[in-house]
Amino acid sequence: MIDMTELSKKHRSPQAAARLHKRNAAQKRLKYYGILAISLSGLALAILLWSVLGKSAGALTEYQIQMEITLDAELIDRDNIERADFSQLSKDMLSNRFPFVNGRTERRGLFDIISSGAAYELRDLVAKNPNWVGQTIPFDFLASDIADLYFKGAYGQIEPITHRGALTIQRDGESLAFSSSDADFAPLLGNVRARLLARANDHRIEAALQENGRRVFNERGDFVEAAKRKNNRDFELAQAEALEALAAQPDGVFELDQFTASIFLKLGQVWVRVETISSNAGTGKILGDIANGVWEASDWQLLIYNSPPITRKVSDVQAILLETLREQGKVSSGINRHFFTSGDSREPELAGIWGAAVGSFWTMLVTIIFAFFIGVPAAIYLEEFARDNKFTRLVEININNLAAVPSIVFGLLGLSVFIGFMGMQRSSPIVGGMVLGIMTLPVIIIAARAAIKAVPPSIRDGALALGASDLQVSMHHVLPLSMPGILTGTILGMARALGETAPLIMIGMVAFIVDIPDGPTNNATVLPVQIFRWADFPERAFEARTAAAIMVLLAFLFTMNLTAILLRKRFERRW
Amino acid sequence: MNKMTTKNVDVFYGKNHAIKDVSIDILDKTVTAFIGPSGCGKSTFLRCLNRMNDTISICRITGDLLMDGEDIYAKSVDPVQLRARVGMVFQKPNPFPKSIYDNVAYGPKIHGLVDSKSDLDEVVEKSLKRAAIWGEVKDRLNESGTSLSGGQQQRLCIARAIATAPEVLLMDEPASALDPIATAQIEELIDELRHSYSVVIVTHSMQQAARVSQKTAFFHMGDMVEYGDTSAIFTNPVDQRTQDYITGRFG
Amino acid sequence: MSGFVLVLIFLVAVGFFFLSRQKALLASDGVLASLHSRPDYHGLYSFLLSMLSGLVTFIICTILALNPLLSLLIAVIAGLVSGLNITANTRARNKSEKIVTGILFGCAGVAVLTTIGIVLSLVFETFNFFDSIGWRVDKFLFGPRWSPLSGLQDGVIDPDRVGIMPLLLGTAMITGIAMLIATPIGLFAAIYLSEFASLRLRGWIKPMMEVLAGIPTVVYGFFAAITVAPLLRETGGLFGVNVASESALAAGIVIGIMIIPSISSLADDVINSVPQSLRDGSYALGATQAETVRQVVLPAALPGIFSALLLGVSRAVGETMVVVMAAGQGANLTINPLEAVTTVTVQIVMLITGDTDASTAAGPAFSLAFTLFCLTLFLNILAMRFVRKYREVYE
Repeated sequence: MIDMTELSKKHRSPQAAARLHKRNAAQKRLKYYGILAISLSGLALAILLWSVLGKSAGALTEYQIQMEITLDAELIDRDNIERADFSQLSKDMLSNRFPFVNGRTERRGLFDIISSGAAYELRDLVAKNPNWVGQTIPFDFLASDIADLYFKGAYGQIEPITHRGALTIQRDGESLAFSSSDADFAPLLGNVRARLLARANDHRIEAALQENGRRVFNERGDFVEAAKRKNNRDFELAQAEALEALAAQPDGVFELDQFTASIFLKLGQVWVRVETISSNAGTGKILGDIANGVWEASDWQLLIYNSPPITRKVSDVQAILLETLREQGKVSSGINRHFFTSGDSREPELAGIWGAAVGSFWTMLVTIIFAFFIGVPAAIYLEEFARDNKFTRLVEININNLAAVPSIVFGLLGLSVFIGFMGMQRSSPIVGGMVLGIMTLPVIIIAARAAIKAVPPSIRDGALALGASDLQVSMHHVLPLSMPGILTGTILGMARALGETAPLIMIGMVAFIVDIPDGPTNNATVLPVQIFRWADFPERAFEARTAAAIMVLLAFLFTMNLTAILLRKRFERRW
Repeated sequence: MNKMTTKNVDVFYGKNHAIKDVSIDILDKTVTAFIGPSGCGKSTFLRCLNRMNDTISICRITGDLLMDGEDIYAKSVDPVQLRARVGMVFQKPNPFPKSIYDNVAYGPKIHGLVDSKSDLDEVVEKSLKRAAIWGEVKDRLNESGTSLSGGQQQRLCIARAIATAPEVLLMDEPASALDPIATAQIEELIDELRHSYSVVIVTHSMQQAARVSQKTAFFHMGDMVEYGDTSAIFTNPVDQRTQDYITGRFG
Repeated sequence: MSGFVLVLIFLVAVGFFFLSRQKALLASDGVLASLHSRPDYHGLYSFLLSMLSGLVTFIICTILALNPLLSLLIAVIAGLVSGLNITANTRARNKSEKIVTGILFGCAGVAVLTTIGIVLSLVFETFNFFDSIGWRVDKFLFGPRWSPLSGLQDGVIDPDRVGIMPLLLGTAMITGIAMLIATPIGLFAAIYLSEFASLRLRGWIKPMMEVLAGIPTVVYGFFAAITVAPLLRETGGLFGVNVASESALAAGIVIGIMIIPSISSLADDVINSVPQSLRDGSYALGATQAETVRQVVLPAALPGIFSALLLGVSRAVGETMVVVMAAGQGANLTINPLEAVTTVTVQIVMLITGDTDASTAAGPAFSLAFTLFCLTLFLNILAMRFVRKYREVYE
């Protein structure tokens, strides 16, 4: 038998106290889990925003290189400026400016330091000032994406290294040998050796993988594959050993290649790219003009570019050209005009979001007309006029389900109905807007119904008692009172539509469109789709532009959401 | 014998001074009734006795509240444990959406009062019997507590409170949401419970207070106007306001 | 041409508005009160009648490729008819209100039309597709190989290559990973917000969750592809584990992060709507807050929480951009989350945006979309059922 009064004494027993301790600990644990969960979400948000923000910084500025260009009257017809080949003109100017750059690859590298779009900008400028033809004018050439990234330090920097000795130069035509009176190059050899050993290690890792494969295939009994793996392994091991042997030479001559850091000499204004090096001597390629014969260089500099050429898009020659131009004070930077004013382009430095932003505008315009002017009347009908019958219930279930249909399905609806059945134009904001409108419709209907429902019946009764018809009550009283709520819902729905991507991809708004759309029937793309396209491009410069485009999109979305919140606060009414 | 003692208790809800300087002794094995017009603070004061007001962040309490001579608002006292010793039944029956059995077993389980399933069964049966509902539910212990009628639900809640083995039982207008028959059953039950517990009941029905209580306190606008034997309060009140209230001038 | 006709119809309708109004004014003999409806309503009635009949015939003309000027004619006739017998007793207000109510009704019907449009367009293409594979729906649903566009012969699709099993498994795996992330975080966050957090803290956390919810999916996709996937790959490399750069894990984690706010806000609503009296009952028995949450609040809120989770699953299943940008494209039948898998949505995008002839790619794409639609519809109906059950208990 249990005595209840005995049980009550248990509440004051030491066991109960111990138990309470445990129970309170469990309580604290639950609380900490909650704090942990919220911190994790906050952390995720912070990392997301930070990684986007951090990457977008590179897209805010652009570099220009000012160079004089002669607008040769023989090549440019003053009456037909559009026909002149400004691209060739720019290339000739570059060739003249840097005569020492020869060889196909290096010349292409030279032309690649300015954007291909610069020639068109020059053409447009000259077209506006035809009297410049025949003159030599300074012009700000837009730097290409790799030059731009180089100036921004994305590929690392060329750094000077101290030296003590005097440098003796021996030039014989193209070839150049040099030696220092001190072991000035010894510290660089460590770097070269380390690279060699690192590469050897990569080969050893690959060899281990191949060995693993050989074992597996051996166990499976597939001896053909196993033999193949064995060969691969031996090849990798041989490579590794060769590299290690190279690194082990105490005082050897090392060849610099695309896997090692680049080393330069600077004799006055002239650069030399070092090709082989030992602790106190080496050979190199002259990039410029210096005296023939054997002589002692009075003014010389030793420089190292720590990122090996294989890891960067900018070549040694390009880096030297860009450095030279920078030293000459020809390089300037400013706000990234192209990014904010141009349409799409395959050249990162020319690509901009303006086209996509305008496309988004037209699309949203169609969306809002469609969603608002169908959604609000539908909500009024359902809230004020609909009887509780099968049709009404059907509509309600429909709306709730539509709100949960994946957005991509709406895209397919647009593809088959608007484009396939009605024959409307692919990639046009009008189709995109209608698809997003259909998608936003349930959101707006639900929000508008909630707002209408919040209007108290006393208002309706009051108006009805004055002899107003049902419609007059709705239009004159209920609708104006619920408008702030409806607008809030509409803005939130539009914000969602503005960020939507998948359905628009379905209806072809993912096409490459350079022109700024003039109206809702032009081909266009929208901001989020532009982000999607850019995210897919391999050029490194697009990464920053993608991130910057995201920041612009987020800025729009936050503004819209903030407006909605303020609207709600401002007009919030308690009945 | 005093079970609980309060001295100069003041309660504030934000800026609102809800209880003003109340001192009262609650006796063991006695039914004490708090009466008064609505909004007079009687429920607020009741909720101080098991620190239910702690869950309201803007509520502030000053003064001494003792149970068996021990300050229940002392730092060392955990409200959780206090509430196990001071049970409470609410105005609206609030059974958990669990089976009848689990509703009653909840308290003993969380406080670890019993060690075996058979002991738990016994406690549940005993509590249900003591709440005078055993006969009606003994065959349907696995049904949901919300499936019962209002009066049954309230008795289930009382059983639930009893099962936790409290020393004091607080009842906040336990019969106000019930029909007259269910009310009568609850009142009978309260009279029965007096033999084991100290019961404090808040009511705005003076007849109910007269029927079930031995002691009565009259509250008015946050003041405790008068406290004494129920018979004395109802037949010979000292204060004019008590007089007016029990004769029906206001309230 | 058509735009011009539309403008003309509008102008005609506006013209009839003023004509009818004038006629009503004349009919009143200067005593406005003698009219049943105010003159504006007579005008409105003519305007609506003329405009509507014009628009309807315009649409018919467009579909049947007739001369759009016919609709202009109809608009004029309708306007004339409406204005023919305006007297003081004409109930123009009632008539025009009926028309307006009809328009409102029509707008509500658009929602239904949309669903019908979705279902019809999906079903039509799916039927064609199933027909083209000889109604081997079993191979479609359970086949282990998905490469519908390889080995095409004269545009005929091989039924052995349209098995969506790898896609369904891939979708299930990514959804599973997402739910593993989002369920505990979302629920614990909701519990903390509704039971423990002070009002001030709520005022900070709620907007944070809204920001998280408002970020477009394409941004999450970028985040997955540029930040999370390389991070996982490097972390895996540290432990000697090979993580595919398009692993299911990366996409799953990011989708998980994406649906945390929707789960937490739905669950928060549900938990908040558990009546306070239940909590009080539990506290009064000496239960701690944690015990109350675990044993009273959560069981009571369970159907609602379940429906929140189902909606989360439905969102993860239908999510497109994150997987398009961060998940694989080849249909691998694997259960290793570190490998690349593909999903239903990814394949739809690939089929529609690919180089293959649109009419060939449409079949498999629309049948995939139909499968997706059915799946999410099922989840949503299930979720609504749970919500209804929950409401029945507490309302």
